[in-house]
Amino acid sequence: MMTVSRWKIIAVVAAVLLSLLFAMPNVLPAPVRDGLPGWLPRKTLNLGLDLQGGSYLLLEVETDALRRERVTNLVEDVRKSLRDANIEFSGLGVVGDGVSVRITDGARLALAQAEMGKLAAPTKTGTPDLVVSRQSNQTLRAAYTDQAIREVSTNAVEQSIGIITRRVDELGTREPSISRQGENRIVVQAAGESDPEKLKKVIGQTAKLTFQMVDTTVPLGEAMQGRVPPGSEVLPSTDAYSPAYLVRKRAEVSGEMLVDARQETDPQTGQVVVSFRFNGEGARRFGAVTSRNVGKPFAIVLDGKVISAPNIINPITGGSGQITGNFNIQSANELAILLRAGALPAPLKVEEQRTVSAGLGADAVAAGQISTMIAFVSVLVFMVISYGLLFGGVSVAALLVNGLMIVAAMSMTQATLTLPGIAGLILTLAVAVDANVLIYERMRDEVRAGRTPLAAADAGFSRAMITIFDANITHLGASIIMFSLGAGPVKGFAWTLAIGVFTSVFSAVLVTQVLLAFWFRVARPKKLPIT
Amino acid sequence: MTDSSPPRSGFWPLIKIIPIQTSFRLMRFAAPIALVSLVLCVLSVGLTAFPFKPPCGGLNCGVDFRGGTVLELSTAPRQVDLAAIRSALGKEGVGDIQVQGLGGTTDALVSFETPEGVNAAEGVETIKRALVKALGPTKFTKTEVVGPKVSGELFSKGLLALVLGITMMMTYIWFRFGRSFGVGAAVALLHDVVLTFGLFALTDLEFTLTAVAAILTIIGYSVNDTVVILDRVRENLRKYKRMPMNELLDLSINETFSRTIMTGVTGIMALTGLAVFGGEALFGFSVAMIFGIVVGTFSSFFIAAPMLMWLGVKRGEEEIEVTVLGPASRA
Repeated sequence: MMTVSRWKIIAVVAAVLLSLLFAMPNVLPAPVRDGLPGWLPRKTLNLGLDLQGGSYLLLEVETDALRRERVTNLVEDVRKSLRDANIEFSGLGVVGDGVSVRITDGARLALAQAEMGKLAAPTKTGTPDLVVSRQSNQTLRAAYTDQAIREVSTNAVEQSIGIITRRVDELGTREPSISRQGENRIVVQAAGESDPEKLKKVIGQTAKLTFQMVDTTVPLGEAMQGRVPPGSEVLPSTDAYSPAYLVRKRAEVSGEMLVDARQETDPQTGQVVVSFRFNGEGARRFGAVTSRNVGKPFAIVLDGKVISAPNIINPITGGSGQITGNFNIQSANELAILLRAGALPAPLKVEEQRTVSAGLGADAVAAGQISTMIAFVSVLVFMVISYGLLFGGVSVAALLVNGLMIVAAMSMTQATLTLPGIAGLILTLAVAVDANVLIYERMRDEVRAGRTPLAAADAGFSRAMITIFDANITHLGASIIMFSLGAGPVKGFAWTLAIGVFTSVFSAVLVTQVLLAFWFRVARPKKLPIT
Repeated sequence: MTDSSPPRSGFWPLIKIIPIQTSFRLMRFAAPIALVSLVLCVLSVGLTAFPFKPPCGGLNCGVDFRGGTVLELSTAPRQVDLAAIRSALGKEGVGDIQVQGLGGTTDALVSFETPEGVNAAEGVETIKRALVKALGPTKFTKTEVVGPKVSGELFSKGLLALVLGITMMMTYIWFRFGRSFGVGAAVALLHDVVLTFGLFALTDLEFTLTAVAAILTIIGYSVNDTVVILDRVRENLRKYKRMPMNELLDLSINETFSRTIMTGVTGIMALTGLAVFGGEALFGFSVAMIFGIVVGTFSSFFIAAPMLMWLGVKRGEEEIEVTVLGPASRA
């Protein structure tokens, strides 16, 4: 009998009502939506950056550089520890991804190994992060364990995310989304008409700030010709006075000790400056250094470039000071933001950028709306022409419910609707009638086989179900693959397609069945209008 | 006609004039058509692979897979000076410069490759400034920069997705219907994918991530279409135990013919709207999809079905066995 159980009717009615509720915010104007009571859903479709405009940046934390830096530092640590223990050595240097050193006195090899072993620190699981092993020819090799390297990388990526978040927030970017991707990548998404250039500049700069003494023992000209005293280095400069400076390698105070930095205008000179304040330890160190070196120049170094090298006029013991340099208001402000947010633990590289202007996004939305409407209407008209007002109309009703459910599900889950996603939506609507067609064609078959309309309708539903299941599972499979392997916009497409598979089967099977059952009960037909 | 629905003319609903069961004898042409398909496939592979230049060969790969930079810019309301763009880019020392006008005379599409060793995403701002200098006030409506690492990954992931997609569909049909069905559907699927690649190579449509999505969707559609027919074949195998295979296949195709046409037509209609009004971003996608629907339908008829005839299907006396021949049992 073409009767449907009560739960099917309830399911259909409930689904339609819930979908209406969740889809409704999309048609309400923003002020009305904001005035809704809290228990009502108010989320609208979450448009992707290609539709609302904005920037997508894929950043890679250069953990390799970090690893190299750590190994380089390890050389110095080994040198110090062996010297402190009065052990003679030679050939100290980086070999592969470890440090190798030859101990001159073979009898002290074990002692040297123990001394170097003390450099190790425990990892999260308690195992040492450094392994010192004996090689041939009285050589020792110290290398960080794989786990330690992974831990450092993971920490670096997590720290970077925190720092980037602070920097982007300070820029005043509207609702940025910053998330980790894979091992060492970070995705930054900023919607709307944000300036990608500024974003990249603020994100990509390491912002490692150090205060180093200028080395005045050798004139700069000689140093630049290669006569660099040990422990010093020549750094390029961005100030107006000198193309480079010879500075001591040792950082007296560094940016981590800053607690605040602001862009200001010096009331006396009218120059744009960045003022800063140190924490307790920074203030103490800065005070000590400046007291010892009154009258001498010190260099303020940012990412390996000297931004200014003023002379120390008085000891600075209050823990605050200012950086003068070649600034305008904007660049001083950017530096202040960077200093406040802190330095990145490792360099960042932008590997992928996709920026769409809001205007282009709006054009895409308009194009998407028009083509969705056209697709919808043409399918509706075609179904009514093909199957008549009743059966065509029923599939149209199913299609409308389907569309409604997709919009509701997308709004509810806040899945991103991208431009390819709109294509997925259109395709879903077109293919959704497939289930209806399968059912109707099956009914026609059954009538031809000599069944009564009622029996034909019943058999049509139950037999078509197997095929509908088989056919839709293939679409679902394809969309799962796309979702797990595809990048941004394709993911949106896959998600839309997957939601569409469920809503299509639900609406084509259940909605159609409930409506037709109602018609059978009321009209008691002796012939199906599609035969 | 004691029908309760309102009286209507003889031509409406349209479905009444489509016979419930057509009687095309398609299997008679299966062999020659398969031969033609084979030739087309070989041609497509050739077009796609030639000139054997990695990674894209004969495909017009987009920035997604090739890496590089694409800019869309507008100097509206002034006309855009394409020659000035070219010379400005030339001075910046970037390679593989392509400049073309875009919808009207005020917009342009620019693509180029940043030389090795320079971070493309950082370099693009310098290039934008150079373009503004050459063109006057310019709005950059779209900026896409894909580094070599990412493009390589997108390429291998796309390829993996296609391989996985085909394998998964094949396995599903194999388990659900048996070996011959699985092989038939897989061959039909490969045929569709190969021909779609051929279409991209032949028409120089840009091959992007969205194109991979289109091909995966075509895979889904093609299998969907094949499954509907195979479902009927399986049913008829149970019903008509003595009917020759070619007649049985013809019968099954004809029984499902009106459904195949109806679904195909609604799909193509919707996608045509998308191709015309969806903007150029979705044009390639829509064209590929329309092509896929046509080819998918074709291959269900002329590849997947006759493969059953050629490979043979186990027909039990009582009932067709749904033989599950996993790879293990076929050692």
